[in-house]
This record gives sequence, structure tokens and C-alpha cells, in this order.
Amino acid sequence: MLEQGNIHLPEGSIEKQTTTLNLGPTHPATHGVFQNILEMDGERIIKAESTVGYIHRAFEKIAERRPLYQITTLTDRLNYCSSPLNNMGWHLTCEKLLGVKTPKRVDYLRVIIMELSRISDHLICNSIVGVDTGAYTGFLYVMQYRELIYEVYEEVCGSRLTTNMGRIGGFERNFSDVAFQKIEKFLAEFPGVWKEFENLFNRNRIFIERTVGTGAISAERALNYGFTGPNLRAAGVDYDVRVHSPYSSYEDFDFIIPVGTTGDNNDRFQVRNEEIWQSLSIIRQAYQKVQAFKGTEADVYHADAPEYYLPAKADVYTKMEALIYHFKIVMGETEIPAGEVYQSIEGGNGELGFYLISDGGRTPYRLHFRRPCFIYYQAYSEIVKDTMLSDAIVTLSSLNLIAGEMDA
Amino acid sequence: MSLTHETIKETLVAQFGDKILAWEESYGMACFTVQADHNLKVLTFMNDDPAMGFQFLTDLTGVHYPDRKGEEIAVVYHLHNLKENIRLRMKIYVPVEKPDVYTATGLFSGANWMERETFDFYGVNFVGHPDLRRILNVDEMDYFPLRKEFPLEDQTRIDKDDEMFGR
Repeated sequence: MLEQGNIHLPEGSIEKQTTTLNLGPTHPATHGVFQNILEMDGERIIKAESTVGYIHRAFEKIAERRPLYQITTLTDRLNYCSSPLNNMGWHLTCEKLLGVKTPKRVDYLRVIIMELSRISDHLICNSIVGVDTGAYTGFLYVMQYRELIYEVYEEVCGSRLTTNMGRIGGFERNFSDVAFQKIEKFLAEFPGVWKEFENLFNRNRIFIERTVGTGAISAERALNYGFTGPNLRAAGVDYDVRVHSPYSSYEDFDFIIPVGTTGDNNDRFQVRNEEIWQSLSIIRQAYQKVQAFKGTEADVYHADAPEYYLPAKADVYTKMEALIYHFKIVMGETEIPAGEVYQSIEGGNGELGFYLISDGGRTPYRLHFRRPCFIYYQAYSEIVKDTMLSDAIVTLSSLNLIAGEMDA
Repeated sequence: MSLTHETIKETLVAQFGDKILAWEESYGMACFTVQADHNLKVLTFMNDDPAMGFQFLTDLTGVHYPDRKGEEIAVVYHLHNLKENIRLRMKIYVPVEKPDVYTATGLFSGANWMERETFDFYGVNFVGHPDLRRILNVDEMDYFPLRKEFPLEDQTRIDKDDEMFGR
């Protein structure tokens, strides 16, 4: 201890030329619970050390004692800005293991939902980048249109944020007319709004000077760090799971993968913007395909998989098989075939993978989530080294880090 | 040239011989087991050899099989060749008493936290890792929670006072 009058200072603190700054765990600028211990020279960061795990909930352990359908609720809570994407990814994983083949109409309905939630994810991320560069208006404005997306969710599955949407094999019920009307309303109103949002930023000098050249990562480093999704594409690598390993009939759709060049904050912003336009185009295509189904085909909303898909209530009351399946599914007494699968989808912020091992029991033997932001967040300390603190904040939000996904 | 599961298998067996212990295909993905002390050699070869090009580490995790004596802990790597778009699964098995595995952080920067997570949950000791600490759990924890000997709470237990949260 150093004596300076009455003030007791820790040893070495006078000689030390730098300041240690705790950014987080509950700092308003981190948009989530994670901590960065920054070593600062004035406003420049010389060293950053990230700490994660504040909202770790042991999902992988919990999943080892749950029947498959109960794990859907766990996936909701990974990337909670786009829960339906996680839900669909999980159902696809189960279907792969169980060998359930989904009808085309289910695939297209899923594509609509997945692209809507991709839009809601990118919309949050990009508008938060706006907030962190000083433009709060855009965030408040586009938030109204996320509300429209959430109303679609509500119409389809009954809940909004943690959706628990769909079942193994399809959806729990057919989309109502109101759901289609809401999708139409969104498709009609949102593009104009998003154009306004883009105009607000794309030619805004303050925004451009804050984002161009900050938080950059090269394609080589990004690949080495295991980047996926918009962050990797912003660095110039055209890797998209929807194209590389198509699932849910993505091969039927026509869309492009936007890529950036420098991998900086502005590129990430632009890539997400363009992906929103592509998602809108995919939703329109899927909507047309869904409308083209006529007659009994238009009522198909799940696969024929009685062992895993909960039967209709009327059948449970009147038919023996339906009653048995209902009981077995609800009580989690269905045996899962033994096997190992890895299924990934293009999540909101990268390749969301599910590695599922079954030993033939009723619950997974092991379930591992490949969480994209857990993997790419470790590059943060390298990206922000020798940059200004205020740029590091923008970088943090433009990487689209979701604490729930990171900590699983 | 286009890469197939067969050519990969032939190349690997030619290079490493009996160090490649098992080869199987499940759900369209080739999956092979490597002798535990050869994991880094195989990964380096897969990474550097121009014909292989598995330069993207998708995922790294552990699994615990308490019944397999002498090879209780599995470490599973998912590799991806982005150019040819082929995924592979590589496994190694180590005994739970001495779970030493060479680290892949020299090849993949992204392996750093994935290995820390595997250490945190399964206690796999990644030899040569620059910073092998717990990552998601608290530092004071003295056990590895995803090992099978740690069961979740029994949902039918009756010794708790559940007036508020009764089950």
C-alpha cells in the first residue's frame, strides 16, 4: 500500500500508465450480459479481455433428460431475436434423425417464417448499430415493423418472443387467413419503411465516417476464427448454409448472397440490409408457391409421422391409435432411433448447428449447439485492439452478439 | 479434382495407416476415428494438404461414454471444406483419468473458446492451449458438469418444501 496523505492506493497504480476499464457485464452499450475488461491508453484500447457465461443455463445438460419436443423451448432461448429460426433448425435436426420427410407446403411455410425472423433479427441488429452511432430515430421507427412480424408469429403459434413454433414434421396448425393477411400487410408496408431507413444511413456522413474502416477483419482471419453468416460474408466469403447445404427446399428459391469486401462495420451493415431485401424476395416467392396449392393440398401443414406428431384432439377422443400416440408423445415415451446427426441452418447471425447423438433411448444422449456468436465473439479482442472505445461499441453491436446464444 | 468420401479415406489411410481407427458414414456425413495422440497431425494434414483443404473448423465438442473403459471421453471435431463443400466428423477417444489432447488452437484461432468450453464441461486437458480456463461456469467449480455422473435433479423427489413451486 502506498501512503499519500489519507488516500490508500494499490501498489503500482501510480507508475501504471494505462487505465483498466470494466465494460459490462451490465453496461447499457453492450446490449446483453457480457463483460470486457479493457486496458485503455486514453481512449485507445490496448488490450481487451472478454468474459462470457453470465447467463449460462446448461441447456445441453437439461436437454439430455428431455424428449425431443420439449427441447424446442430451449432453442427459443438461444438467439431470442429470431426464435423461429432456432425452432425450425431443431425440427429439421429431429426430422433428419427420425427420417421424417416433410411435404413441400410445410417447407414453404417454414421458409416464410424463417425469412421473417431473419428480417426481424437483422432489423434489430442494424437499427442498434444506428443507435450506437447516435441515430435513435431509425430504431424506434423500424421497431413498429418488427411488431408486424411478431403479430404473424402470434397468429401462427400463439406467442411472440420465445415462440416454441412448429412441431417435428410441420406446424401445430394450419396458417389462418389472418396470418396470410398479416404477411401480406408486412410485405406491402415494410419495403417502403426499410428504404427510408436505408436512406437515413447510407448517405449520412456521420454514420459513414463512424463505420467505414472500423472493426474490420480480413476474410482469412474471419475463416480462421470460424466466422459464419453476415459477418463472414461482409469479409467477402460467399458462404451461406441455405445455398451450400440446402434445407427446407431452399433450392427452389431464387436469391443472391450479398458479400462485402473489407469486413468492417459498414460492410456488415450493408450485407444485412441487402439480406433483408433478399429475404423479402424469398418470402414473396414462397408466398406465391403456398398460394398455388389448391384443394386438399392447401390443407397440408404437417408430415405424416404419427409417432412424433401430436394427433388432432378429436382423433384422440375417438381413435385408439391416436390416443396411444398422444399418450406416448406427451409422456415422452417414444424411443428415438440411435444415430448421430449434425444439421445446420443459416441462423440470424451465422451457421447454427445442432449435433445430436441418440443411443436409442427416449432423450438425446448428447446435444450440442454450435452457436455462431459464441465462436466469433472470441475475435472481438483482436478486432478492437488499437481502436477507439467508441468504435469498439459500434463493433460490438454490428457483430450481432446475442448473450442468450453465446452462453447457451 | 473433386473430393469424395472415398478419396479422402484413401488419402488418409495412405498417409496415416492404422492410426485411422474406424470409418463410417451416417446421415450423409463421413465420420472417422483417429488414434488420440495423432489428432493434431491429422488436422494439420487435412488443413495444409492442397488436395484436402479442410480449413474451416465448424465445431468442437466433447461426449462422455462412462461405459467405454479406457476411452470414456470423446472429442468431436466437425471440419468443413468450403470449396468442395464437404463436411467431415473426426473423433478421438481419451481415458477419463488422463484426458490429454493436443490443442488445435495453432491451426484454428476459433478453437480457443471451443476447447475452453470442452474443458469446462468435460475436463479435457488440451495440451498446449494458451489459456485453458473455465469459460461458461464459475472459476471456483471443482467438477465437470456435463459428465454423465452428474445427474440432473430428480423431478419426482419429495424431500423439498415446495409450497411455492410445487411440482
